[in-house]
Amino acid sequence: MLSAAEWAVVRLSLLVGGTACLAALPVAWGLAWVLARGRFPGKVLLDGIVHLPLVVPPVVTGWMLLLFFGEGGWGGRVLAMLGTSVLFRWTGAAIAAAIMALPLMVRSIRLAIEAVDRRLEEAARTLGASPARVFATITLPLSLPGMLAGLVLGFARSIGEFGATITFVSNVPGETGTLPLAIYAALQQPGGETMVARLAAMSVALSLLALVASEWLARRMGRGLHVL
Amino acid sequence: MSFDPPSFDVEVAIRRGDRLIEAAFASGAGATVLVGRSGAGKTSVLMAVAGLVRPERGHVRVGGRDLTAIPPEQRRAGVVFQEPRLFPHLRVAANLGYAMPAGTDPDATAAMLGIGHLLDRWPRSLSGGEARRVAIGRALLSDPAFLLLDEPLSSLDVDRQEEVMRAIERIRDEVRLPILMVTHDPQEAARIGTTIVRL
Repeated sequence: MLSAAEWAVVRLSLLVGGTACLAALPVAWGLAWVLARGRFPGKVLLDGIVHLPLVVPPVVTGWMLLLFFGEGGWGGRVLAMLGTSVLFRWTGAAIAAAIMALPLMVRSIRLAIEAVDRRLEEAARTLGASPARVFATITLPLSLPGMLAGLVLGFARSIGEFGATITFVSNVPGETGTLPLAIYAALQQPGGETMVARLAAMSVALSLLALVASEWLARRMGRGLHVL
Repeated sequence: MSFDPPSFDVEVAIRRGDRLIEAAFASGAGATVLVGRSGAGKTSVLMAVAGLVRPERGHVRVGGRDLTAIPPEQRRAGVVFQEPRLFPHLRVAANLGYAMPAGTDPDATAAMLGIGHLLDRWPRSLSGGEARRVAIGRALLSDPAFLLLDEPLSSLDVDRQEEVMRAIERIRDEVRLPILMVTHDPQEAARIGTTIVRL
């Protein structure tokens, strides 16, 4: 079984991953909506920017976060005015995880929004529903399974986040030392192999669970929620 | 001496790619049927009356009310599309109740359409004829000022066609809602139509 310190690592990973996903969700939804439904110049560019964290080396993403939230950065200065900082804190780890998970969440939610049959929305409008009611009663519930699948996938990505996190907020045990960082640190210690094995097993189990949940939700979306 | 305004007074030009679909007609009470070969633009005209297609020019008046600039949700059009378009995440009862004004009793309408036994079912479990009748019921229960039917008998077998046809006749004769219906079948048009408009 896991030791108390190892459980603390798991708890911290769940806290960081959960916070990252929930915070990223509204942003991901908004971006997915704009990319699925919007028609505007620069849409391809926006699409590219959203997907950047997927292709840029994570260490570069972490460095850019460091520039933005560091002492000289805009984000850092705003936070300093509020008397706080995210550097070396779990909140910083959550920001890094959210940025890295965002493209996956946007992709999944965007597919779900695109899969909503516009003809159903038209039907609702002829039945007297305002655009807001159409959104709340048709678009949102029909894209919900995809949104949840995106959330779970984003969570799986978050708890596996390493490169951006270690670059941005370093490895502070108990604060930013999530599963991958703790595994990496244990690997550097003589005799840390058993700890590595246990944490790795936990990491695989959590990721697998999230992927299975995501797949199950995606299948639910495909089954039954069709028009004809 | 006074005259009732025409049920449907429509004059529209609709751009569809390179084509310009033009239609002009005014009709009295009862059912107005738009006939014409497939591809003539009948559905586009119907959708312009529903407010889902914006005509390049012209006007749409129903019962003397000018709807041309009014969004679809304020037109009070009961639309039955070619495909039922039932909301897949809502049971039949919730589909029927989607736009039902408070205090409406759906039972009489459900009985008229023969769908009272389907209320607990999911749309995906309905046959084509059942889904079509539920779609008609949902449009009727939304307290519409008029009804728009797009090929309501297509892809139904003969028995189901007869069921739906009878339902439409009862709406025309008993509920007395102005109906604008699109069909390519001259027999259907002759049976339902009070006024027949060729496109």
